[in-house]
Order: sequence, then structure tokens, then C-alpha cells
Amino acid sequence: MSDLDALRAEAAAWVSDNFPPSLQGMKFGFEGESDPAKEADLEVWRQRLAEKGWGAPTWPKEYGGAGLSDPEAKVVGQEIGKAGAFNHIPMITGMGITMVGPTVLEYGTDDQKARHLPGIASGEIRWCLGLSEPNAGSDLASLSTKAEDNGDTFVINGQKIWTSGADISQWCGALVRTDGNAAKRDGISFVMLPMDQDGVSTKPIQLIAGASPFCETFFDDAVAEKSDLLGDLNDGWSVVKRLLQHERQSQTQARGSSGGAKAPGLEDIAKAYVGTDDDGRLADPDLRVRLANHLMDAQAHGLTAARIVAEAKGQVKVSAAASILKNSATNVAQTKSELLVELMGSQGLGWEGDQFTSEELASVREWLSGKAISIYGGSFEIQKNIISKNILGLPETTQKG
Amino acid sequence: MAALTEEQNMLKDQASAWASEQAPVLKFREMRDSGVETAYVDTTWASIVEMGWTGILIPEAYGGSDLGYLTFGVVLEELGRQLTASPLFASAYVGATALLLGGNESQQQALLPGVVDGSQILTLALEEGPRHAPENTALAASSADGGYVLNGSKTFVLEGMAATTLIVVARTSGSAGESSGLTLFVVPADAAGVKRERLSMVDSRGYANVSFADVTVGADQVLGKVDAGSELLDAVLDRARAGICADMMGTGAQAFDMTLEYLKTREQFGRVIGSFQALGHRAADLFSAMELARSCHEAALQAIDRGADDVALMSSLAKCRVGEFLHTMSNQLIQIHGGIGMTDEFDAGFYLKRARAVEAIFGNRAYHRDRYARLLGF
Repeated sequence: MSDLDALRAEAAAWVSDNFPPSLQGMKFGFEGESDPAKEADLEVWRQRLAEKGWGAPTWPKEYGGAGLSDPEAKVVGQEIGKAGAFNHIPMITGMGITMVGPTVLEYGTDDQKARHLPGIASGEIRWCLGLSEPNAGSDLASLSTKAEDNGDTFVINGQKIWTSGADISQWCGALVRTDGNAAKRDGISFVMLPMDQDGVSTKPIQLIAGASPFCETFFDDAVAEKSDLLGDLNDGWSVVKRLLQHERQSQTQARGSSGGAKAPGLEDIAKAYVGTDDDGRLADPDLRVRLANHLMDAQAHGLTAARIVAEAKGQVKVSAAASILKNSATNVAQTKSELLVELMGSQGLGWEGDQFTSEELASVREWLSGKAISIYGGSFEIQKNIISKNILGLPETTQKG
Repeated sequence: MAALTEEQNMLKDQASAWASEQAPVLKFREMRDSGVETAYVDTTWASIVEMGWTGILIPEAYGGSDLGYLTFGVVLEELGRQLTASPLFASAYVGATALLLGGNESQQQALLPGVVDGSQILTLALEEGPRHAPENTALAASSADGGYVLNGSKTFVLEGMAATTLIVVARTSGSAGESSGLTLFVVPADAAGVKRERLSMVDSRGYANVSFADVTVGADQVLGKVDAGSELLDAVLDRARAGICADMMGTGAQAFDMTLEYLKTREQFGRVIGSFQALGHRAADLFSAMELARSCHEAALQAIDRGADDVALMSSLAKCRVGEFLHTMSNQLIQIHGGIGMTDEFDAGFYLKRARAVEAIFGNRAYHRDRYARLLGF
């Protein structure tokens, strides 16, 4: 523990010396704030994090990381958080830190690691992923975007959808069909290609919650270098399975890996909107029962995430257990949004305008955008297929390609 | 939360092997068919004592091993898998906890070594009605000659026919419905005026009605403080709730394993039924519910061992969530097994019956959901 304590002290001191005070409490995310006055400081902070390797602290030093173990990285993250600072590199690199990077580390050649990882770790290169297609959603392996062999390059034609951040990304990792005659999972490859080229165009998608980071992406004779084929030719299905496990892992972490993660304050918001009886109980007994059930679900989820980590001896394993956590995190997040909107009554259904508080307006948008959680990254139903097949050993329940 | 230690995992294997070899469900079936009044097999109990499991909570000075609550839970879970019937939980877990938390040195010296060697069987005599409601205690303890006289009756007393010593929750002041005014007493089961009557319950375990008619007890038989027994009682009950969750977890996990095995072997329409997506998804739901419930009960036991200040919240969380899982699991055990699950010859019914009995003990889901909300201030 003394090594960790030393690292903790070092991290605390470094953050205090290097984090620009003007950035305290800044919010991130698709609808986070953008303040031109802070941009210069934000760029300074990015450079300092990158020099330290703390944008991707567990990656090897030679690829721009800090070579830390999971427990060490956790300590650094805690100290950054404690100081009111943040590591925004995962956010500004799109799918780079959470999904592309770990998969390149596992499947990439030395040349690919050297060319792609440092730009992600430093927060300079944003990545999107071209996986789903209009006719290939849950049945991803039925995708039809084609890559034709053209000597040193592949020429790519087809359409992707739900490519988050495609309009602002520099690179894309795409699943393409490289063998039209093989069984559907056996003719797919994973290629990486630059977005800034004539053959690539993007179009943002408006969703039920309003503007969104999602795009449609069109490949018309787009070009990918052969040296940017990740994994073996026609083995893209293995690569993407791994990639999606990393996605699930990042989702379960983002939405509730903190101990007894009961949703903070939902009961207080409920009391304010609904009122209490003489004994201090929530005045709506039906809502009270459902709120209690939800808070227990949230706590059980947090405890389970912590238990899985503890049983893996501190190593966060990318495993089938992530499917349990993804569904349970989804359940907790969506129920929380439903309860929040419900307990606010009609006031929780405002779309815009100053008759509604910013919290009320945010909760209705979050409720709507949260419907995507059970669809993306392998839908609720796909996760159950994975649990029944990969964890429980039951036979395949869906048609195999 | 932490993972089980290597020692706990070894004990789990040992208890699992013992239960499946020495006390499998078949033994429980034989016991039920024999109609034995104490509702357990003497040789099974003797073997449990010999394994040392009666001493897991008890300090070495009294012959125990003092290994803590999570360790006891590991054993209870494995016995819960085989529905092993014995006074282990009532006596060495609940009874011992009451003495450890509330007993003075002479009370502990008088009873704990006997709990370890099996010569003493303790039990908590608490309930007076069909629903868990400690504050409704009406059994009266009136002062007399420097001691007390007990009058009233208790019901659904666990292992009540086998018990040698009763820990009786009585009212020394106030009236039924108030949580103040309660006092706990240590009363020999054969004291003059104590009458016991066996209750035949759906899970075939040992329960009794116990009545008290002018039972005289001395001041030295008070466990803890006079009139302030509810604080002690709550602490004992929270430990008891977390403990019975371990038993329930084992019963539910075994029901899950039986169901999963059946899904992989039973064929209909020319394929194993587990290949149907409706059943694959149901199995996935049950497995997820089981994993979430397990985290709650282990966290509750760890909170006790750690001396955490949220034991009450964690125990209610566990009793509610483990109860929910076991309820659903026991119903699905029958449903997925179909007709065979309805027969007495198959064991599924034992698990369903036991599930409902343990769900009710020390408060059902509704009780603990309400309590969880109250503890969180809404």
C-alpha cells in the first residue's frame, strides 16, 4: 500500500501544481459547456495530462500512456477528481481511449500501435466507429459495406449509421465485408481509415431527445491502407467482439461502479415534489415502493460491480460478466429517469422555456436519450443471449451465420 | 466490497462436500417422512457439531473459533443448498449472537460452551403473531420478589421443540406497539410454567408455540438492559436477517443449478428446451438476479464483520433482494420442470415450500422495503 500512497501524494501535488484553476467544475459531454475564454487553458491542461501519460494511464509509456496498473490508475483518477479537475482526453478522443485503443493494443501490429496510439493518448486524434448499418443493427454480422482489394489499399463502399461523432472525428474504425462468399461472420474485416478524404461524408442525426452526436456515414470509394487492417483478413468478427466487450466495460464503469451507488438525492427530489405524510413518509405510497425498489437495484448493482472487481483480484477483467452489469446498469439508469420524470409530474415533461427549471428540462432530455442505453452496445436482448450462451452454456438461441 | 478469502473458499468446499455426502436432500426427505418431533436427524446434528460449525461466532475462550459472520454465512449457504435441517442457525448463530451482544460474562460462560458442544440449543422466542412485528410484543414480565414473572405466549419459535434455552422477548413496561419497554430474558425451556406445542409447517422444519404461565425468572436472567431491549433486539435481528439470507441464497442457487441442468437435458420438439430463446432469456434473468442478490447478502455479512454503521440498511437490502430472487427462482424451478416439478417424488417442491417459509422469517420483502425507505429518510 505504501507505493500507492506515495503515488497518491505525487498525483495530488502534481494536479495542484498543473491544473488551471479557471477550469474548476467545468462540465463535459455532448451538451456540456463550451467557453471560448477557457479554451486556451483547456489546451494547456490537455498537453500537461498528455506529457504525464495520464490521458490513458494504463497504456504502455512508449505509446503515450503512463504504464500504470489498474489500482494505480484508479488512485490517479481519484486524486484528479478530488481536486475538482478532470481527465477529458477520453471524451475528446471519441471512441479512442475506451474502445479503439485497448483493441489496437491487443490486435495491432507494432507499426499500428506506434502510428495510432500516441495520438489517442495525447487527446489529439478523435476516433469514431463504423459498425451498425441501416440493415445491420442487432444482427451486426449481416453488414453489407464492401471493401475491395486494390493492391496496397481497400476501396470501400456502403453506409454506416449511429457513427457517434463521425462529423468531428479524424479517424474511423470500420467493419467491412471482405469476402462476400464466406458465411456471414467469416467474411468480415476491421479496417481503420482517415475521415478527411473525398470518399467519406457524414450527416448528423436528430433524435427524439433533440440534437445528438450520432451521424450517418457514407463511403463512396473511400480508401483504407492495407497496413491499417486490424487483426487478420476476414477475422474482423473476433476484433469487434472484443471491441464491444470494451464498450460494455466502459458503460458499466461509467454508470455505476462506485461502491453502493444509490442514486444521490432522488428521494429528496421526490419529497420536494410529492410531499410527505405526518411520519415523514413519501405522500405517494405507490411511488415510495417503486423508489425504494429502484434505490435497492442501484445499490445491488454497485455492490455487484465492486464484487466482480474484487473477485478478479483488482484486475478489471473484460468478461462475460460485463453483460450482466450492462443490463443491470441500463435498468437502473432508465428506471431512475422514468421515476424522475414521473415524480415531477407535468413539470417534468417540459420541452423548453423558462416556465421550467434547467433540472426539469435536463431530466426530460435524459429520459428520452436514455432509451438508447438498452439498444446500443448490444441491446438488452443481445446481452441476454450472451449471458445464456457464454456464461450459462445454453445452446445458441439465434440463427448463426 | 471484498471477495471471499482463501480460508472461506476452502470452508465452502468442505461444507459443500459434507452436505452433499452426509446430509443431501434425501436425508431431509427421510426426516420429513419419519415425522420426528424436533424436525432434524440427530446424527446430522452431531456431525455438524463435530465439524466445529457451532463455534464459528464464539470466542476461543468459550471453545469457539471466532471466525465471523461471513464465514458462518458460507456454511449456511452450503447447508441451504441441500435443505439440511438442524438447530445450527437458531442456536449457534441467532442465539449465540444474542448472548455475545447482550450477555454478561457469567451468562456467556454458562451457555456458550454448551452451544459449541451441542449440549445447549438456544433459540429466540420473539413473534406473537403471523407477521414479523417485534414492537407488538405483549408477553408480560412483571416485577416480583426481585425478579420477574412471565405470562403470555410466543409462536413460530424456530427449533422450539429442540431448544434447551429460550431467549424471550418480553414487555416490562409500555404497551404493545411501542418499541420501548422491551426486555430480553434467558429462560430454560424446561422451567415450570413453560409449555411447548409443535407447529407443523409447510417446510417440515422445527417450529413451536411456546406459552408462559407464571414463569418466575431471576434478575440475573435479564439479557442486556431492562426496558431498553429493543436496541439489543434490533442488532440481533439484523445479524439474523443477514444470516438467513445466506441460507436462502444456497436454497436459491441450488434451485437455479437444478433448473439450468434441466434446460440443458430435457428435450421437446426434438431439441433441448434451453435452446428456446424464451427460456434462455429467463435463465439469463434468473442468473442476473442471483448475482445481484448474492452481492447484497455478502455485503451485509461483511458490514457486520467490519462493525459498519449501516448494518440495518444492508440487512434490509439483503433480506428484500435475496427474498425477491428466491421467490421468483422457486416458482421458476417448478414452472420450468413442468409436470415432474409438481410431484412429491421430485425435490422441487421442497425448495418452493422452504422458500416461502424463509421469506417470512424476521420480516418479508414488504417489511424490509418499508424499513429500507424509512432508514433512508423517506
